[in-house]
Amino acid sequence: MSARLETATAAPATGAGEAASQALLSVHGLSIALPPGSDRPFAVEQSTYTIERGSITCIVGESGSGKSMTANAIMGLLPQPYVRVAEGTIHFDGKNLVGLPEQQLRSIRGAEISMIFQEPMSALNPLMTVGQQVAEVLRKRERLPEREERARIARLLESMDLPDPERIQDSYPFRLSGGQRQRVMIAMALALSPRLLIADEPTTALDVTTQKQILSLIREQQRERGMGVMFITHDFGVVAEIADKVVVMEKGRIVEQGAVAEILNHPRHPYTRKLISAVPTLNDHASTTPESDVLLEVRSADKVFRSGGGWFRKAREVHALNQVSLTLRRGEILGLVGESGSGKSTLARSIIGLNPIDSGEIHFLGEQLLGGGRRGHKQRKRLARHIQIVFQDPYASLNPRRKVGAAITLGPLQHGVPVAEANARAKEMLSFVGLDASAFDRYPHEFSGGQRQRIGIARALAMRPEVLIADEAVSALDVSVQKQVLGLLEEIRQRMGVAILFVTHDLRVAATICHRLLVMRHGQIVEEGETSTLFAAPREDYTRALLDAVPGIDWQKPELEENL
Amino acid sequence: MKDLIKAFSHNKAALGGLLFLVVIAIAAVAAPLIYPHSPWQMVGAPFQPPLSGPHLFGTDMLGRDIAAGILYGARVSFLIGIVSTAVALSIGITVGALAGYLGGLVDDALMRVTEFFQTIPSLIFAIVIVAIMSPSILSIVIAIAIVSWPPVARLVRAEFMSLRHREFVEASRVLGVPGWRIMAFDILPNAMAPVIVTASLMVATAILMESGLSFLGLGDPNLISWGYQIGAARTMIRTAWWMSFFPGVAIIITVLCLNLVGEGLNDALNPRIVRRRKA
Amino acid sequence: MDRLNFIAGRLVKGALIVLAIAIMNFFIVRLAPGDPVSVLAGQSGAMDQDYMDELRQRFGLDQPLIVQLWIYLQNLFQGDLGTSYRQGRAVLSVILERLPATLLLTISAAIISVILGVVAGSLAARRRGTWWDTLISSLALLFYATPLFWIGLMAILLFSLVLGWFPAFGMVSPEKEYTGIMHILDVLHHLVLPMTVLGLFYMAVYARLTRASMLEVSEMDFVRTARAKGLPEGYITRRHILRNALLPVITFAGIQAGHLIGGTVLVETVFGWPGVGRLAFDSLLQRDYSVLLGIFLITSIMVVIANIITDVVYTFVDPRIEVKQ
Repeated sequence: MSARLETATAAPATGAGEAASQALLSVHGLSIALPPGSDRPFAVEQSTYTIERGSITCIVGESGSGKSMTANAIMGLLPQPYVRVAEGTIHFDGKNLVGLPEQQLRSIRGAEISMIFQEPMSALNPLMTVGQQVAEVLRKRERLPEREERARIARLLESMDLPDPERIQDSYPFRLSGGQRQRVMIAMALALSPRLLIADEPTTALDVTTQKQILSLIREQQRERGMGVMFITHDFGVVAEIADKVVVMEKGRIVEQGAVAEILNHPRHPYTRKLISAVPTLNDHASTTPESDVLLEVRSADKVFRSGGGWFRKAREVHALNQVSLTLRRGEILGLVGESGSGKSTLARSIIGLNPIDSGEIHFLGEQLLGGGRRGHKQRKRLARHIQIVFQDPYASLNPRRKVGAAITLGPLQHGVPVAEANARAKEMLSFVGLDASAFDRYPHEFSGGQRQRIGIARALAMRPEVLIADEAVSALDVSVQKQVLGLLEEIRQRMGVAILFVTHDLRVAATICHRLLVMRHGQIVEEGETSTLFAAPREDYTRALLDAVPGIDWQKPELEENL
Repeated sequence: MKDLIKAFSHNKAALGGLLFLVVIAIAAVAAPLIYPHSPWQMVGAPFQPPLSGPHLFGTDMLGRDIAAGILYGARVSFLIGIVSTAVALSIGITVGALAGYLGGLVDDALMRVTEFFQTIPSLIFAIVIVAIMSPSILSIVIAIAIVSWPPVARLVRAEFMSLRHREFVEASRVLGVPGWRIMAFDILPNAMAPVIVTASLMVATAILMESGLSFLGLGDPNLISWGYQIGAARTMIRTAWWMSFFPGVAIIITVLCLNLVGEGLNDALNPRIVRRRKA
Repeated sequence: MDRLNFIAGRLVKGALIVLAIAIMNFFIVRLAPGDPVSVLAGQSGAMDQDYMDELRQRFGLDQPLIVQLWIYLQNLFQGDLGTSYRQGRAVLSVILERLPATLLLTISAAIISVILGVVAGSLAARRRGTWWDTLISSLALLFYATPLFWIGLMAILLFSLVLGWFPAFGMVSPEKEYTGIMHILDVLHHLVLPMTVLGLFYMAVYARLTRASMLEVSEMDFVRTARAKGLPEGYITRRHILRNALLPVITFAGIQAGHLIGGTVLVETVFGWPGVGRLAFDSLLQRDYSVLLGIFLITSIMVVIANIITDVVYTFVDPRIEVKQ
């Protein structure tokens, strides 16, 4: 991988001028206007770049940078008339796509330029079989006899490494996993051998191991077909994994572009430098576990979810937790990592009392948690002071109709803290998490995602908890904001001595903050150990596979002294 | 709230509808001032066509003023529409909230009951109830409320179910806030938008149903209503079309305005912004 | 296999609902003010002592309530819905002889309202913002606000009395004794107005629903995929948007079945259509409540059947039933 980064450095030597004339796609001075009343007049402003044949160009940026808008403009899929190309040209193979009649654009779409999207779960028509949806694309060019068409679809699906293509061809999308659906999407996109593939965050919704497979599939297909690929992502790890060339966007403007090694290892623009220095990597290790007393202990917890049972059918069972045990010490950050469905969130929610376990024990400071029942509720209410949680989605975790101050004081007031003291405490917490005291009288919608996450943390801290559960608490945030919130969590640990159970799917984030890690899979704890030891010498194959799948694992992030 | 009013006032049709409703409501309240005599009272010759004398919409077979009947009928329509909707809302919200928040067996049981009430043919059920209880404002309100709460229950349940797992609700649970407070302060206010929209449409449906019942002769015998006027005119359509025409127009305008207001509220409360993906 | 399970489940559920309706029927009479016998015998009807005693005997009205219920259900199970006091005949046979006329009316109205409603709604959605859309949406809104019985009267006034195109009353022309094909044409001639009037309201309902549903589906991700595939817009509308948009329409058609049958009471009353709805109105006038309650039970069973049919249709349109469950 690092070898590729080295050779790629030599790529621009072909000459910029020559590349421009030969470019597969050349975007020049493109501006895309947003409807009046938007937060800015242009989604994309004066952007100029090229995408070459036989290489992968990554468009990188945080949310709101306008990177997807560009892709939609190329495809002629802007939500007209609200959003439109205001000026500039998009030349594909010498032909300007801007202002091309819909008829001609349509014959280019799906045949010459194809696109795949972020959400594989909703990108396929639920009422049509996979085969029918692939066939639609083939029929754009020619109508084959049925048998021949089926054979071609099967070959295509097989080349996407889909198992049993005959069966998958007749399956409806709901029977396929997210990774499989994304492979079907890629099969559809490549059915007519397009010369340009636009991939809009195609792996963002997938688990890391699946992401790795999809990335290598895209890379492999790109090499085989000599396609140009425009790959949109927010993740510098993915960039390191797949890009030949990188275009960095900030708020609709291109701030920097160049060969991948150049951008990743020697970023020049302050924004790029800031982004890259915020990217968490496996090399940023937290210190070793502090020696202290055990606060929380889970012993052999079991939890089974049943669903879909009826009069004539057995219910499906999912063993969400299977003999799970853990201990959490005062002042420790314990990471709970795993892919979706591994049971990590279920475990966190069980500890906080949101879904009681079926069997096993949870002890807090030596007292056993009862889970359900009347006594359990009473205890839960008493212990709410000691164990608190920060959620994933900053937009869903605050009641839109409750002022920030009321949200933070809600808990303390519920537990008998006098109003004046609760208010004082709320203001103290607001300033602790880095927000102005004036936030107290404002509504959540006036704040950004990162600020809301801080409010969520302040709400939890106002209870003066000893254990804080962070359930994917930074997963929905852009990297630069993510880094700030991670810093805040570490500060909370140090200054308040709070123990944090940090649930995440992202090993890189876990690496930067956790002392110890528990790796979960299918409801079981696969491996446990100090973060540095576990990364250096994973004992289990699954842990190794997870680590191996971390995007950009071979990239040595440059040392940049950026202040965030 | 300010945004809501602003969004609503941008919708001309909805605003017009609201204005019209206000006018009709005022006219209904002021009916005794405009027509001091009882609408049952004979005030002129029978079968006077409209505009043919002092009677704007003509007179019926007993020489009663049609326009007076329409004004007094508006009172009945509004009264029954609003009261039965209020009753149906309170049943529907209670059932839906409990089912959606508690889930499990309570949900199963309540939803079976709701499905049951949704299955039975509503107008026939209402007819049976009113007929057996004998027609009165009370029996009509009960009948309409009983047949119209199920959609509210389903709507509120769906809202509660999705909000119950919203993170801010779970945050309140984790803070130790009791269930009823969570339902009342975290979930209900956030579930009200679609309920308000439904309520305005329910008033419209209730008015339609009341008119149907009184058309069939199941109206309150002491009160004149639009449906009664049309029902009484049914066999005289050949000789006096105006007797059924004008009360029908009154129903259409009222129901139409309520629907327009409902749509306006819907648009204002759930702004259908073209969901542009974040670039 | 999944589908069979699904249908079996629905049948059991339907049977339970029918049972519950029967039980409710039983209690409605008992909860009514006064002697249930006088309710059944007709409140203002002549109080024939012998007849009332016979009723008491038959329903075991001197027994405890639970025994009465048991007797009632046993009778029901044997198809005994009681006797019409006015007509002196079994309620079931009185209703059954009226059923075909009602089925003809409701099924034809349901079919035209679904077809025309969906066509109009999808046209409006497809041409959103054009005058087509404005016209269809406004008409739908208007018919949605119009009482069935009023539009029926107006239709009679215009198309029968003024223009003389269609008969105003009944199902056949009594003065002409048509047979064979002429009889069928005669019935169809009589059917046009009541069917259209009953269908108009539901047409409006389906048009509004289809339009809203299509606009919602057209913003979904898989439609964007279809556009990215470069498929023609008309094809996308038919194959991708419309099929998905019809799912809620099908569900709704099941729910509407009950309203449609209720609507027949009004329409049949206006047009003198000799069906169950007209029978309901007549027994209402005559206070023949045992017939009214019988109609309530029978129409409820019809709705349950209609719901089962729509559920089964749904399983053919949506492959995800197993997950949906």
